[in-house]
Amino acid sequence: MKYILEIWRQKSIDEKGDFRKYLYETDSESATVASALAELNSKAELTDINGEITDKIAWECSCMQKKCGACAMVINGRPCLACDAKLYENKTIRIEPLRKFPIIADLMVNRDIIFDNLSRMKVWSEKELIAVDEKNDIMYEASRCLQCGCCLEVCPNFVSGGRFFGMSAMVPSSRLLTGMNKGDAHDLRKQFGKKITDGCGKSFACRNICPTGIDIEKLMARSDAAVLWSFFLGNRFFE
Amino acid sequence: MNESGNNTEYNGGKPEVNIIGAGLAGLSAALTLARMDIPCRLISPMPSERAQSVMAEGGINASLDTMGESDSPDEHFADTMKGGVYLADPNAVWNLCSNAPKTVEMLCSLGAALKMKDGKLVLRNFGGQKKKRTAYAKSSTGKILMTALIDAVRRYEAEGIVKRYSHHRLYSFDIADGNCRGIDVNDLHTGRLIRMNGSVILASGGMNSLFPGLTTGSTVNTGDVTAMAFINGVEIANPEFIQYHPTTFPITGKRCLVSEAARGEGGRLFALRKGEPWYFMEEKYPELGNLMPRDVVSREIELVKVDKDCDGHVYLDMTGLDRLVWSDKLSDLREECIRFLGTDPAIKPVEVSPGIHYFMGGINVDEKHRTNISRLYAAGECACQYHGANRLGGNSMLGAVFGGYTAACTAASEADENNTGIEELSQCRREIMQPVGIPDEAAKLLRDSLGIFRSGETLEAAEERMQELIEGEKNELQKRRMILGRAVLLAAQNRKESRGAHTRTDYPEKDDVNFRRTTIVTYSEKEITVSLRDIPEKRGESG
Repeated sequence: MKYILEIWRQKSIDEKGDFRKYLYETDSESATVASALAELNSKAELTDINGEITDKIAWECSCMQKKCGACAMVINGRPCLACDAKLYENKTIRIEPLRKFPIIADLMVNRDIIFDNLSRMKVWSEKELIAVDEKNDIMYEASRCLQCGCCLEVCPNFVSGGRFFGMSAMVPSSRLLTGMNKGDAHDLRKQFGKKITDGCGKSFACRNICPTGIDIEKLMARSDAAVLWSFFLGNRFFE
Repeated sequence: MNESGNNTEYNGGKPEVNIIGAGLAGLSAALTLARMDIPCRLISPMPSERAQSVMAEGGINASLDTMGESDSPDEHFADTMKGGVYLADPNAVWNLCSNAPKTVEMLCSLGAALKMKDGKLVLRNFGGQKKKRTAYAKSSTGKILMTALIDAVRRYEAEGIVKRYSHHRLYSFDIADGNCRGIDVNDLHTGRLIRMNGSVILASGGMNSLFPGLTTGSTVNTGDVTAMAFINGVEIANPEFIQYHPTTFPITGKRCLVSEAARGEGGRLFALRKGEPWYFMEEKYPELGNLMPRDVVSREIELVKVDKDCDGHVYLDMTGLDRLVWSDKLSDLREECIRFLGTDPAIKPVEVSPGIHYFMGGINVDEKHRTNISRLYAAGECACQYHGANRLGGNSMLGAVFGGYTAACTAASEADENNTGIEELSQCRREIMQPVGIPDEAAKLLRDSLGIFRSGETLEAAEERMQELIEGEKNELQKRRMILGRAVLLAAQNRKESRGAHTRTDYPEKDDVNFRRTTIVTYSEKEITVSLRDIPEKRGESG
């Protein structure tokens, strides 16, 4: 099978970028955009569709099986993981970097803001957390976030460096809010209200984007309710 | 210098520790140091969320005895030593097993969502162990533990005790006269080169770049840190012991794991013999059956595949598993098989074959996780500790978390408070993409000679050719990797016996008299030397 990959090429943030076409051939039915990029880069010389030699393609990957979020990019207009994007679904594939983050080169972006925001929101607990019984399922679900940035890419309210931190901050916060005991969650709850609840326009554009299928609405509703009820009832919601 | 590299800043006379790697072992070391109020830097090419540890599936072992089976640290110790065919340091293994319950309880206190029932951890069966000892979170245990540790360390990042250097890679060591004084690291985004003084803990994972496309792990865990350490005089131990996990399947560019949990929950291996299903593990090993240690199962699969009465294929049958087992315990494994293999394992058996999953060998450390270089430590998969000739499932995450903790405690007690600070050195060439694996011919040599069954003749030929390839290699990174590969070949050649994951067709028997010893490989003046060192005697504690 022959595929045409239209790949965004840009040497650095200071230089202009453009799409360039590459021909990729494979017999594998399980080939993904990630395996195609890896194979193109493994050639001694990488040539585009016109036979012109180009630099190796800058992109990030680690697990190659939907477990780490490194290879998040925009494929045919949709943010997803390259290791989860099967080639057979299309003959021509347009591959570009996530646009909400500063570009490093080609398909590689700087997603530091995701992690900085978690620190700014104080997403941690100073006290013991136990994922007992009824809390266990929610905390498991909220532990699965890859911090890949796909949900932020489609969010109309998230801007890198803005006041709304998005679902990649909501999900890990909900793990802690669920596990915290009475009286321990005050700071995080306050931050949650300011950085998540106040800024989310409830468009739920992120609803079906999460590569791991985290039930964002459920976690959001539970955590929103927690913040709201804690306003009226103090800490009793978490008892 | 302070962290911006501009001004000298007094940190209160505290020593500083640099940790290379931000997976389970690195995070555990960082958390331990931070809790002791000792500043550390956490250096990794990608954030913790991308570390190989998030891929770990089945569970973490501890004799918590919540299942009413009278389990104990002594039994965990006995199983680990036996599984490793008595090649591990018994004192280190006793430390590991006796501290395992506390280690898992610590992770639970961070809110790790391990499976619980009525306030108690639920434990599952795992290979090489008769009792239920493996705490788990479906088959995403690594991800769940990592999330808990990442959140716990974040607090100390905000306080400035832990400094994160994501998208940074080790550039060089400062090792002189047997002492490590620090490292230079390279910012992959900017090309900035930074000097970091202080002790160093290596937690950089296994040597996947030696076997491109054949491992279940991350492409980031190249073994480049191990190779660089080796070139700088750091001893490597037991590199010939490479774990082939029995149940994997190929996907493009790598292998995908079917967790041992599948067999722990009732999955059965079979082959078609004269057209009829043959549950060969159950027939050959009635006591543990499908849950024999991984080295045994992988060998049996390879033998069955060439059995003249069979058709060359081996399958894992999970179709008999209860609906609740799928939904409560293995839903993620099922999804993965459907996504990457196109097979629903609840409906149809999955074809499996062994794939490289873990390196038991690596940087040689003592029970305190010291290397032969002072103030240089190693923990997690990059280190040779705890697993002997074959690792038991469920012991790797335990070894990483406990090893990181132990290395941090040792580093803290030995650190030099006069050797601190960082310094911006220069801008070096920004090199974002590095080759994932060694060159094709070198990879083929290792693949063909370091399989489940090995022979002296093949190993010798591969080693000789590898030396020629090394001499002709211009790329320094690839050259280091190939030198490391040659070290593995020489170690395998030198071990003239069969033990655990190392099976020699020309020496099929175990030879305790000559080879119940640790292989030590050193590099000096472009020469690789292989020797054998006695395993420490067990001290008087229990176990």
